[in-house]
Amino acid sequence: MTDILLQVRHLHKTYRQRTGTLGLHAHTIHALDDVSLQLKQGSTLAVVGESGSGKSTLARGILRLLPLDSGEVIFDGQDFLALDKSALRTARRHIQMVFQDPFASLNPRMRVGEIIAEGLVIHGIGNTQQQHDSVVQMLEKVGLQADDASKYPHQFSGGQRQRIGIARALILQPKLLICDEPVSALDVSVQAQILLLLKQLQQEMGLSYLFITHDLRVVRHIADEVLVMQKGKVIEQGSVETIYNAPQQKYTQQLLSAIPGHGLRAITA
Amino acid sequence: MTEILRIHQLSISPAQSPERKLVNQVSLTLARGKTTCIVGESGSGKSLTALSVMKLLSPQLRMQGQVFFQGQDIGQLNETAMQHLRGRQMGMIFQEPMTSLNPVLTIGFQIGEPLQTHLGLKGQALKQKVAALLEQVGIDPTRADSYPDELSGGQRQRVMIAMSIACEPVLLIADEPTTALDVTVQAQVLRLLDDLKNRLQMAMLFITHDFGVVADIADEVIVMFRGEIVESGSVMQVLQSPQHPYTRALLACVPDAEGKKVLQPMTYDWLTPA
Repeated sequence: MTDILLQVRHLHKTYRQRTGTLGLHAHTIHALDDVSLQLKQGSTLAVVGESGSGKSTLARGILRLLPLDSGEVIFDGQDFLALDKSALRTARRHIQMVFQDPFASLNPRMRVGEIIAEGLVIHGIGNTQQQHDSVVQMLEKVGLQADDASKYPHQFSGGQRQRIGIARALILQPKLLICDEPVSALDVSVQAQILLLLKQLQQEMGLSYLFITHDLRVVRHIADEVLVMQKGKVIEQGSVETIYNAPQQKYTQQLLSAIPGHGLRAITA
Repeated sequence: MTEILRIHQLSISPAQSPERKLVNQVSLTLARGKTTCIVGESGSGKSLTALSVMKLLSPQLRMQGQVFFQGQDIGQLNETAMQHLRGRQMGMIFQEPMTSLNPVLTIGFQIGEPLQTHLGLKGQALKQKVAALLEQVGIDPTRADSYPDELSGGQRQRVMIAMSIACEPVLLIADEPTTALDVTVQAQVLRLLDDLKNRLQMAMLFITHDFGVVADIADEVIVMFRGEIVESGSVMQVLQSPQHPYTRALLACVPDAEGKKVLQPMTYDWLTPA
């Protein structure tokens, strides 16, 4: 079982929502309803669903950025949910996240170099010179330049900012990268660049990706396995080929038929 | 074929530096019942072109060239005359439904506003028209008293569409109306826009960066790059046999659902001739 990096079993998360006059009535929303998955070392698992399907809750739950009701998260052979605070901090080094909005997820008052180096500083890895060297190396790896380290986030375009977000996530040499809609805020042309970069980095660094998206076109180009979520439940999972060529669930078929560009295929076929 | 909109050699520059062309010599025509898509990356000038049709450009920008709306040069019109056109004859849908709706007014009031202003509707007649519009865009008319934050992103965009078509404009400008939406909701909104365009026989100017969307909705395509039109033609022409290297590069970026295509990063090699 060594090649399974992440194993998630029976995750549950509910929210109480107040409704009615003065919020006197409350009902329960299942954000995650018995979600299980496994991610193989070095591969990409895409979690697909519409807004409100629970895919971001899943990502945050795995990272313990929000408390879960019940379930198990085994990461690299370790029961992630049982870790105490300091053990969690050490373990989180190996799971990093890339966020959707490259404008909101970078601190506008910090220089890019500081943003990227922060993880090294927090975990006390290397001295200042070594940290600086790794930042430069990482910048070049994601297609930016060494002197970009002294600039501020607002000096960069959306695609460049997403590269900075990726550099920040990878500086600690994590095993797992959770990408929460990393390209949905980008132009199609920039999207392609970032997808290709992620693929290349995966090969170079042996990364595993949990890739969250609502765009099935993107999934096709990045994922090995796909998990389809609806209203907190996993309704279908399988290899990319199976899901695209023989979707079993009506909902998956609907998602596939909603992909724009049916006309494009007809015309350019 | 009735011509609704004609843009003739439109150029836009910052007032401070007139030699910098944000939009350079753009010309296009748009007929009743047809959809023209302007495709380009951010910064290509596609939104500026759309805004200039409504004379909504920032005062810090200078516009040259002419825009004819139903044969009339809008450059000759004063602000009052433009206000009679906007919302009445020309509708516009913006990208962010969250920021373009007023959070403290009900959606019913906001949809009714152009009807009051332009058509003088009030009371029961206004209510009925608002209800009919909500129904037309697929929202339960009883939700007229809801506030924008009580609606989902797709519903908000439907409200924006209801507002923009309230007075049955002859021209509808949609600036990336589905970019902020989920794929399934995007498909619904695109279908809705196409339906409404056919039913009301509007001319639609549709702005997007996604060629997948273009293929689904356009009759004519205009590809813009750094303020200039690099290619234009019918959707078949442009998608089937793109002539300009930029169009080809932009098409190569669009991921396909079959995964057959090898994604190509955007290249600008063609800018420097060998």
